[in-house]
Amino acid sequence: MATRTTGGLSTATRPVVTARNVRRSFGAAVVLDGVDLAIVPGEVVALLGGSGSGKSTLLRILAGLDPEATGEITRAGSQAVVFQEHRLLPWKRVAGNVSLGVPGPGVRQRVAAALAEVGLAERDRAWPAELSGGQAQRVAFARALVREPALMLLDEPFGALDALTRLKMQTLFGRLHAEHGFAALLVTHDVDEALLLADRTLVLDSGRIVEDAEVPLPRPRAVDHPGFGPLRRHLLDRLGVRPDQDGAAGT
Amino acid sequence: MTDTLVETARGAPAAAPDTRRSGGRTRSARRWRRAVTPVALLVLWQAAAQTGLLPPEKLPAPIAVAQTGWRLARDGTLGVHLLDSLTRAGIGLAIGGILALVLGATAGLLRLGDDLVDPPVQMARMLPHLGLVPLLIIWVGIGESLKISLVALGAFFPIYFNTYAGIRDIDERLVEAARTCGLGQLARIRHVVLPGALPSLFLGLRLALGAAWLSLVVGEQVNAQTGIGFLMMEAREFSQTDVVLLGLLVYALLGLLSDLAIRFLEGRTLTWRRGLQAV
Repeated sequence: MATRTTGGLSTATRPVVTARNVRRSFGAAVVLDGVDLAIVPGEVVALLGGSGSGKSTLLRILAGLDPEATGEITRAGSQAVVFQEHRLLPWKRVAGNVSLGVPGPGVRQRVAAALAEVGLAERDRAWPAELSGGQAQRVAFARALVREPALMLLDEPFGALDALTRLKMQTLFGRLHAEHGFAALLVTHDVDEALLLADRTLVLDSGRIVEDAEVPLPRPRAVDHPGFGPLRRHLLDRLGVRPDQDGAAGT
Repeated sequence: MTDTLVETARGAPAAAPDTRRSGGRTRSARRWRRAVTPVALLVLWQAAAQTGLLPPEKLPAPIAVAQTGWRLARDGTLGVHLLDSLTRAGIGLAIGGILALVLGATAGLLRLGDDLVDPPVQMARMLPHLGLVPLLIIWVGIGESLKISLVALGAFFPIYFNTYAGIRDIDERLVEAARTCGLGQLARIRHVVLPGALPSLFLGLRLALGAAWLSLVVGEQVNAQTGIGFLMMEAREFSQTDVVLLGLLVYALLGLLSDLAIRFLEGRTLTWRRGLQAV
């Protein structure tokens, strides 16, 4: 975990993370029932699922935050996590939060560079409480970015933002990914977001991955691309959302 | 009729900016107003003492107390006794505080520590520690150790409980985020737990100081040879009411000054909370 694979594309064949037969239950409720997953360097994988489907649980297991899960996880290269809430330490200034746990020389320059990349170079001396929600989440991205991760684990990172900020952040993510080439697992319940950002979509249902499909859309992507609508309808269908049902009828 | 109406209408806008400008002035005026009653009471007290309404052996005039204070301060008596009292408070606070910090952190951080340490402390909390004086006299005698033990006991509980609560109240999600940043156990304590618990620790320290002074007052009335409490007990024997009052005043000032000092320190250390309030 400590050593980083350079860039990502040079070791294209070896996955940055592999999970085999991952199981997790909370008491009697089985949340993950044998999940297999592999993410190759540079790949953006969207993990979709309804609420309570276990997608955040899977991300936490991949991040090494859940000691009670069973199964086999193999990691190659470093990881960084961005949560739905920014989770910045309120008692550290922005720069202190970004540099948290970053070893080695030149930390200050790297922090400054990461903050510049998310457009917050001037705010390094600010306290987290002085930032807007979108800015705080950008800092959380800078905190992940400065570690130059081979894999970024993103747990609904845009979920707590307003619609406009979310669009800007999605664009920012696309740019950062293009520049740094990290692999990413994006947990989301937003089908549009998954289709805009991901190379591949996974659908988690009843503790299993029930669909694993490439997104055959050219980049840069837009929601008004002719191929977008059918894919969107298909994914929504897999997630149990149908245009003529409000959910109550299904249960 | 119409003339007066027009005049008041004209007069009104001229008066309005005046009241607005005096916004700061009303606040300071209010502060002065709040000082009226205490000053009046002092004046009344002085007048009553001077006219002989208050017998000086019951309650001497405030000016007499001030004069006594000045005399004792000049000849060094006050300084010597004050230093002894401060030393007792300091040693007691250090012993009780460090013990509370260690045990509170053990109980707050470790599940095993919580199970082993917290129950007896919770039970001991129910004992009024000043009620332990007879037992402490049997255990440690009536010398310095008694005063220091009392202060240490008084300071222990507020610091223990606030350390414990401060650690327990830390957002688990922040600890988790620090873990994903590669911080080990010790680094997490340093960067997340300690700063997160600091506001609670300051609160505990302030409460502990209050308890320490209270314990000192009680402890110094048991066979003390020095200290502010001794000064008061000795003065009582010779009916020097002015010295008794002076001792009370010194105790009050000690409490006030130590609280101010902690609050100043708190303000300097917890700047990030000021940022929180500013928004």
